[in-house]
Amino acid sequence: MKDIKVLGPGCARCKTTEEMVKAEAAKLGIEVAVEKITDYEAIAKFGVISTPGIVIDGKVVHAGGLPKTDDLQRWLQA
Amino acid sequence: MTTQALGFRRSPVAWIGGIAVAIVAWFAIYRQLEDFSRAAVARMPIPQGSALASSIEFFLYDTPKVLMLLALVVFTMGVVRTFFSPEHTRAMLAGKREGLGNIAAAGLGVFTPFCSCSAVPLFVGFVSAGVPLGVTFSFLIAAPMINEVALGLLFALVGWRVALTYLAFGLAVAIVSGWVIGRLHLEGWLEEWVRDVRAGDIDLQPDQTSWVDRFEAGWNAVKEIVGKVWYWIIAGIAAGAFIHGYVPAELLSWIMGADAWWSVPAAVALGIPMYSNAAGIIPVVEALLGKGMALGTVLAFMMSVIALSLPEMIILRKVLSLKLIAVFVAVVACGILAVGFLFNALFS
Repeated sequence: MKDIKVLGPGCARCKTTEEMVKAEAAKLGIEVAVEKITDYEAIAKFGVISTPGIVIDGKVVHAGGLPKTDDLQRWLQA
Repeated sequence: MTTQALGFRRSPVAWIGGIAVAIVAWFAIYRQLEDFSRAAVARMPIPQGSALASSIEFFLYDTPKVLMLLALVVFTMGVVRTFFSPEHTRAMLAGKREGLGNIAAAGLGVFTPFCSCSAVPLFVGFVSAGVPLGVTFSFLIAAPMINEVALGLLFALVGWRVALTYLAFGLAVAIVSGWVIGRLHLEGWLEEWVRDVRAGDIDLQPDQTSWVDRFEAGWNAVKEIVGKVWYWIIAGIAAGAFIHGYVPAELLSWIMGADAWWSVPAAVALGIPMYSNAAGIIPVVEALLGKGMALGTVLAFMMSVIALSLPEMIILRKVLSLKLIAVFVAVVACGILAVGFLFNALFS
């Protein structure tokens, strides 16, 4: 079970990112727990300053803008 | 999509070829715009040389011109911006001292991409990583004020002199305002949690962006930005066309000419509650300048609309106390006033 956090205050891109993560995980058959982090303080503690950001198992893998699908697959399979 | 088509889209040669063809077509069309609008108006059943004909011609000429220029500038900036990320910018600014730090921050503010919903995380991230408050403000002021849309359109519509002076004085306002805010030592006026949070370290990945990625980013920026601002632009050009055809020049140069000392503060005050992006304002500015509005007044109005917007202040309220927001507005407004007066004195 991968622990995934999507960081973002709630803009459209942040929501799209969350949906993309879930869709790719389902496609690859990887079990994930996706959590949305909207609190600015929590976002800052990850060191991410451009949202949306993605944290997988405690490691920041992406910050700023929508992730690319092939990158997402790579991170999920890592 | 077949893998073959995907492979073609990911090929640098295909991108460069496509861009070359697009640029040639762009110039070919661009050169025809003026003749096209004149010919179109001549065919309409309206009296030649009338205010209506003049307004319509302005509208028909400016709309495609502005949209084409915007696409060109946004694409270029979209590509340039792939070389900068907010995380790298922060790493560069952390530990920079005031003075040089303000200058670097204002410069980076021009190129570092971030969307408006990132303003708060960005602010918190900068401050909590040890970027001085005044330096952070220089960045936050420069980023919206000198945006690529404003600069590119100004360049094309009003001329390179005005565009370059806007760039220089916009940077100056960001540098000096940030420096002043830094000297006031207002760290205590931040919301409490912002002072306490310490940013985690992020592993900055080595840059693996390919040229195809950069071109794609440019193209995505065009789709996104032009898709979002086209109605602002058309509204702005319609207002500009009306001014161009119908508003008497004497009236405007009396209200907003260089002789009226109060025009600069009035323009700044008027600009603060207005929220528009540069795309809608610049066509209006073009028409106003043609009618004898003073350059300093125009620049002060633009800077005030773009740099001091109420929605952004509401977002920033999450991290700044009201007192600090008031200081921010006051300092930036003073800088803009100075630019306005200086320009009216220099160029009248």
